[in-house]
Amino acid sequence: MTDYNFAYLDEQTKRMIRRAILKGLAIPGYQVPFASREMPMPYGWGTGGVQVSAAVLTPEDRFKVIDQGADDTTNAVSIRKFFEHTAGVATTTKTAEATVIQTRHRIPEADLGEGQILVYQVPIPEPLRFLEPRESETRKMHSLEEYGLMHVKLYEDISRHGHIATAYAYPVKVEARYVMDPSPIPKFDNPKLSNSPAIQLFGAGREQRIYALPPYTRVTSLDFEDHPFDPSKADHPCGLCAAEDSYLDEVIVDDAGGRMFVCSDTDFCEARQNAGHKGKDAA
Amino acid sequence: MYVAVKGGERAIENAHAWLAEERRGDTSVMELSVPQIREQLALAVNRVMAEGSLYDPDLAALAIKQSRGDLIEAIFLIRAYRTTLPRFGASQPIDTANMTCDRRVSATFKDVPGGQILGPTFDYTHRLLDFKLAADGEVAQAPQREAAQAKVPHVTGFLNREGLIEEAPHDDTTPRDLTREPLEMPADRALRLQALARADEGFTLSMAYSTQRGYARNHAFVGELRIGDVVVEMDIPELGFAIDIGEITVTECETVNQFKGSKTEPPQFTRGYGLVFGQTERKAISMALVDRALRWEELGEDYVGAPAQDAEFVLYHSDNIQATGFLEHIKLPHYVDFQSELELVRKLRRDAGATPKQEANE
Repeated sequence: MTDYNFAYLDEQTKRMIRRAILKGLAIPGYQVPFASREMPMPYGWGTGGVQVSAAVLTPEDRFKVIDQGADDTTNAVSIRKFFEHTAGVATTTKTAEATVIQTRHRIPEADLGEGQILVYQVPIPEPLRFLEPRESETRKMHSLEEYGLMHVKLYEDISRHGHIATAYAYPVKVEARYVMDPSPIPKFDNPKLSNSPAIQLFGAGREQRIYALPPYTRVTSLDFEDHPFDPSKADHPCGLCAAEDSYLDEVIVDDAGGRMFVCSDTDFCEARQNAGHKGKDAA
Repeated sequence: MYVAVKGGERAIENAHAWLAEERRGDTSVMELSVPQIREQLALAVNRVMAEGSLYDPDLAALAIKQSRGDLIEAIFLIRAYRTTLPRFGASQPIDTANMTCDRRVSATFKDVPGGQILGPTFDYTHRLLDFKLAADGEVAQAPQREAAQAKVPHVTGFLNREGLIEEAPHDDTTPRDLTREPLEMPADRALRLQALARADEGFTLSMAYSTQRGYARNHAFVGELRIGDVVVEMDIPELGFAIDIGEITVTECETVNQFKGSKTEPPQFTRGYGLVFGQTERKAISMALVDRALRWEELGEDYVGAPAQDAEFVLYHSDNIQATGFLEHIKLPHYVDFQSELELVRKLRRDAGATPKQEANE
């Protein structure tokens, strides 16, 4: 792969993406259209995140990729290898040691710090998309700050089910202006979006949009006074590291209904196990 | 006891090795060469070039070989390669009136200046499996004759002399570039045609077909369909003039559509246009029909809510690389989202008073 430029994309393309990122950082939560390129992996498999990562990576960076919170899921492996080959950057699975973290569907459990960049892969950047399929309409709704439809949807959920029936990709409002899709992270992760010291960048390749949250941006999950936002998770401790406060995957372990709950963030879980924490299912 | 799934990396490598083996197939059967694909599966090569937006028969043939004949996968390979290529500049518009036609038919006139040339077409073949091909593919040489004239005028030009067809005024505006700018609505005709030229053949065909069946019917006649070679010229700033940089084969379709007139336009024939790399006539005709359907607004027609009239619907869903990527991504793990849905559904069921079937042992 030595024939390709550092981090695969040519410098002009990276410049174009960086401009979109800077615009996104200047208008937190606003979806900036950008001329997304065809990447050597399919649309929908993280091409937006990959292009954003390619544009922000420098040779000194240490790169971490997670999918579903795990470093060893196949697509995370594939994207990590892509940048090992095309950028030759150091990689890590340790959240604290990474300078750039590309993620799909999770925010790491460990607090991020200043100087870190979290890059989200975004399938559908438009939080209003399933209420209004037309891009021309939704852009108008954002510019007019016309979010009534979203509140009506959430209200209808409550009147029908007693709860807001959105468990992931739960919409947020950024600095009291733009309603933003946080990508399909579980709503458990939503509070971590707010006031983070890290830079958070969102890339949607197929939909050709980039948006961003600069450090210490106020991000609130949409809710109602009498139905406050509830970042729920499975009500269990991790079976391997006994953590009570991490997001858990449910794993089916036999065909008799047996299951266990384990941290979805593999780095977090391993670090805890190494520190001597032991869950009830640990060997 | 659950063991965390490790070894994704090895699994990927092994899967790729297996894929390579399957691609090759039975090694006692002779391997397919790239020139064989280029020469003998030329229509597949054309489709890959057209939807891959890169005119290179050898690379397209290679992509077909690598993709085991999955043409969308081959198109994807070409697109991903294409996007890495440097841009030296833009060619001048090709002049299809100067095409060396292999095929040129008009459905609107029995005979036209330049003649009807059937060319190498499946039309009028009886679709009977030719079992002889299974044994022996050798063919006798087809009869030949000198091409009658160099310049073959466009059929729509004859209608234009009578003022029966809408004008297609010359326009030197540099079109927007779909591959260098994000697709944004509203899309002008140049941009729509650009998107349609690389749109999935199946999608374009179905959209066009839907107009024929009454979803925004626009009464299309194939005014002219021509396939042949055109010269590509490019201005070289250092030289100060344009030079030929090569020849490409294209298929061009101009439809003539009945039009009863609208609030803004008099009754006249209107146009739909299709232009695609290679011999790809199904695609070119489909493109022309969809182009015409998308022009409802500028012609002052009614929007009848047909899918083919809806530029946003057509353009955002016509690209098979975008579509297949997003469709197939649902194979990727979604445990986290699914887990949050599980919790939600359990909670909603609890609230609705549903009794769990059986408390699972944990």
